Amino acid sequence: MTKAPGLKTYAILYLAFLYGPILVLPLFAFNDKAVVSFPLSGFTTKWFGEMWADPNLWKALKNSLIISLSVATLSTVLGLFAARSSVRYQWPFKAPVMGFIMLPLVLPEMIIAMSLLIVLMALGIPLSIFTVILGHLLICTPFSVALMTSAFQSLDRSLEEAALDLGETPASTFRLIILPLVMPGILSSFLITFTISIDEFIVANFLGSGQPILSVYIFGQFRFPAKVPSMLALGTILVGLSICLLAIAEYFRRRGIARIGGKDSGGFL
Amino acid sequence: MSADKRQTMIEFRDIQKYYGDYHALRGINGTIRAGEFFSLLGPSGCGKTTLLRTIAGFEGIDSGAVLIDGKDMSSVPANMRPTNMVFQSYAIFPHMSVAENVAFGLRRDPRSKAEKAAAVEEALGMVGLKGYGGRAAHALSGGQRQRVALARALILKPKVLLLDEPLSALDKKMREHMQVELIKLQRQVGITFILVTHDQEEALVMSDRIAVMFEGQIAQLADPETLYRRPNSRKVADFIGTMNFIPCEILSENAGGYEVDIKGLGRVTLSADQVASDENSGTPAVGLRPEALTLLFPGQTSDERKVPGKIDEVIYFGDMTSYDVFIGGTDIEVRLSMRNVPGRPVMDVGTGVELSWSPSALVLFR
Repeated sequence: MTKAPGLKTYAILYLAFLYGPILVLPLFAFNDKAVVSFPLSGFTTKWFGEMWADPNLWKALKNSLIISLSVATLSTVLGLFAARSSVRYQWPFKAPVMGFIMLPLVLPEMIIAMSLLIVLMALGIPLSIFTVILGHLLICTPFSVALMTSAFQSLDRSLEEAALDLGETPASTFRLIILPLVMPGILSSFLITFTISIDEFIVANFLGSGQPILSVYIFGQFRFPAKVPSMLALGTILVGLSICLLAIAEYFRRRGIARIGGKDSGGFL
Repeated sequence: MSADKRQTMIEFRDIQKYYGDYHALRGINGTIRAGEFFSLLGPSGCGKTTLLRTIAGFEGIDSGAVLIDGKDMSSVPANMRPTNMVFQSYAIFPHMSVAENVAFGLRRDPRSKAEKAAAVEEALGMVGLKGYGGRAAHALSGGQRQRVALARALILKPKVLLLDEPLSALDKKMREHMQVELIKLQRQVGITFILVTHDQEEALVMSDRIAVMFEGQIAQLADPETLYRRPNSRKVADFIGTMNFIPCEILSENAGGYEVDIKGLGRVTLSADQVASDENSGTPAVGLRPEALTLLFPGQTSDERKVPGKIDEVIYFGDMTSYDVFIGGTDIEVRLSMRNVPGRPVMDVGTGVELSWSPSALVLFR
């Protein structure tokens, strides 16, 4: 290969810009000073303690987990059925219907949030974490549909026919053959929609009606300089959890692919 | 053939099938007998796979009926039909072991676990995969996958086994080996086999009877020898094997037979059974298979009719040599092949030779 020193420098700078700021999180989270600035003064874990003791944070975390787990489950289920239907069956107006399902991918979230807010208020539906779930579903389902569509497309149709041919009903064929084979896609979908939902801010802010939700709560805390270090501590924990979660998901994804002898077409790690 | 082999297993009654505007099956009629090795042969897009899938129940039909063992299948879904299929891609379930694949069809079988395991082992033994049960399905070679697919289908003891181009993914040696294995297996289990193939040689080798299909219709349904020696149309003759078509002029008709003047070969009287039934073959011509022509080497004579010729092309195959020869001073070329027996030379291009041929091997296309 020919050497391209310019590209190498670019790649290093790019990665530094991407991950450098994240490394700053733990740095200041353990720094014994309320102001986020160099030089570092001393090691402390008191910000973690402060964060841990904050009851509002726990409430926000609980709400966020309810929202994100519900959204990940629901959008993956919806995506599964929509993708299956679009890959396997023919029905009238399929192209425009699928197009409208996918549209929120390119629609500004601000527009989704505002229009939903207006409609919900007009219908007299009180804002709660359920309305946030509703909004997140609109945003997350297209991602799930896209992931599940590629999972179904790589499925040989004669596998289904073989199961039918061997005496299974369409329902048991789905359970015994199709579902296990698209499981890596389901895992990917669940993980990605969970991630999108948990750090989503605009919809959570518009439709959350002041309920503590993690992203909104963190944003709010940043207004108080004294709270910043404990938010950095929270950030450090979240980064750690994300890495663990991704590693676990990747492990299962690779194991699933190895089990069916498939070719690894790239995951997250 | 025993008496029960003469019974009808499958009957097609005027089957019509459309894909949108495309007329895929255009009035299929015919019967497949119990216990025979039957082939659906034709070029791609002729409807042979569609017809096979209508038997399996994967494709609906627009009119007509498929009867299996005397029962109309129109309201019977694929999972309730007494047929099993070996798919072109084999469709081995990749997340299961070989044994789990083979046992898949026994899920609703009330037999005990041990009995089922014995049945799986027996089925694997039948296809030469004894002891492979514990292997992961995705770790198998193409030939082994096909054997697993066969075992998985045969374990249910179907009335009819459907094979959708099962050999097309294998290399030549493996394919020829599996052809023989399949014939043996079919004789052993006695189940009706229906094979879809575009390979005329494969169909001739394996089948008891063959339906040649073109454009959604069965052009001819006959045993291999009849198809080869007495094709009923120019198209069938052209599709199966090599056929020399030599233009001729029809002089007179007599009780179904014809007196014809063949370009380069001269006048011949053909009996009624030498006349292809299809009357729309275009300009009249006779067909002559390469092996019905013999090249007379120096010093050889023949009691059959002879025609002088000039060698235009020589293709050496090792055991055989194929010659293209202009006959009777015309620009009509015929292809013939001669075995390279010891002491027989390979003739050169441009050599003047004599060919012998027999009028009884001719087929007339009107």
